[in-house]
Amino acid sequence: MGFLDRVGARSPWILHFDTGSCNGCDLEVWALLTPRYDVERFGGVNKANPKQADILLITGPVTKKCEDRLRNLYEQVPEPKLVMACGNCASTGAPFHNCYNVCYGVDKVIPVDVYVPGCAARPEALIDGLTKALSLWEKKALAAKEVKE
Amino acid sequence: MSRSTIIPFGPQHPAFLEPLNVSLKLDGETVTGAVLNLGYNHRGMEHALSLDYKKTQYLAERVCGICSNHHASAYCQAMESIYGVEIPERARLIRSIMMECQRLTSHLLALGHIAEAVGYENLFMQCFRERELVMRLVNEISGNRVHYSINVIGGVKRDLDASMEKRAAEAMTKLRPKLDELRGIFARDSTLSKRTKGVGKLTETQARDWCTVGPVARASGIWEDVREDSFAAYGMLHLRPVVRAEGDCYARTMVRMDECLRSVDLIEECLSLLREGPVAVDVKGHPTGEGLGRVEAPRGELVYYVKAVGKLQLDRIKIRTPAFVNVPPVQVLLPGCQLADVAVITVSLDPCICCTDR
Repeated sequence: MGFLDRVGARSPWILHFDTGSCNGCDLEVWALLTPRYDVERFGGVNKANPKQADILLITGPVTKKCEDRLRNLYEQVPEPKLVMACGNCASTGAPFHNCYNVCYGVDKVIPVDVYVPGCAARPEALIDGLTKALSLWEKKALAAKEVKE
Repeated sequence: MSRSTIIPFGPQHPAFLEPLNVSLKLDGETVTGAVLNLGYNHRGMEHALSLDYKKTQYLAERVCGICSNHHASAYCQAMESIYGVEIPERARLIRSIMMECQRLTSHLLALGHIAEAVGYENLFMQCFRERELVMRLVNEISGNRVHYSINVIGGVKRDLDASMEKRAAEAMTKLRPKLDELRGIFARDSTLSKRTKGVGKLTETQARDWCTVGPVARASGIWEDVREDSFAAYGMLHLRPVVRAEGDCYARTMVRMDECLRSVDLIEECLSLLREGPVAVDVKGHPTGEGLGRVEAPRGELVYYVKAVGKLQLDRIKIRTPAFVNVPPVQVLLPGCQLADVAVITVSLDPCICCTDR
């Protein structure tokens, strides 16, 4: 990576959306932003704006009412984008497997790149998932740049 | 002639943690009407909860992650009343300790959330820093940070050993000066009081009409606290509910702040009362009958009604969550306020959509 590339590189912005989770993972996502875990040191900043976001951080099993909103949000995020499913219910919908109003996982609605297990997902697991997502996103961004050139 | 605009506030909005939608009718910057649109978080929990009473206790915690232990406790209380068992004193005290720990985490979250809504990012970070202390303590006690899974029908699963009791007491001593410092900021900071004093005033009559519970009702001058009806170990403890008369966002914030300090007192009192003994009693057979479990969750009264018919499947399980009655008053609080205050007023009610929608 040359000097100009390094200067031109930017921090990926995170968009967090709750699609019907129990709030457990959301709290841990918030704990990530705060002094103890502080994910900003990896370059991810939480900005609740889909138009400027790069990484979608989704919690919850996706309720039927949230399905269209999630798809809408995903379409608003510009390429290259990445989706991270946080927690067991976002990954498979397992904890809510007898509920009639859920879609059983984010990947039933939009493509998912990184799955973080746990109910609720621990901050350490979320950091691990986020660092994976960041390296994936860098690769994606680089590939998109090459195609452009 | 003035023209009114209708704008959606949510379901995905920077101020909200959860999918909540409010349709705001605006005249310039002033809100003239608000319609609440719920249901984004409806998963159909009551149906799933009634399928297998042995698994219900696991799923009851997943109704809400902020007050998960209260949900499990209320369910266990309802089932214990069906079985007709009395849980041991040590189990009662451990339940109370965990409930108060959860109240601390929930209130510190609510306080941080209101600081964030006001635009005071630094204070939000500080609230979460102190909250992490409690999170670490419950992690040590129960092995989990969010869903403690410590309740079973008939008592609790895990016991506190002597070293754990000591560490819990140490954590409380460490937490108290930090909470005092936070209280000073919330009580005296001029930025906060300008944004919250006199904003979103809920009068006592309105609070009664909307059947509000918990800190929202107590901030409007209504003396009501389910803990006084002595479930778990609260009959043995010295309760002093925090009641304020103003009814605005500031009062709601301060009620939560003072309750945090009272929770520390209660946890220390519980720890001093702990005596050796069993932590659970056995229950046998499928339950038959009707039971009611009431607890004071961080947001107010939480009721579980269970009807069992001697099968694995329950006939009916009905949950009345505190947020279900605390959220609708936004429709009277928002008209007349400025658009910039919408987030502060909504957040000051501490909306919990996963509880409301279930």
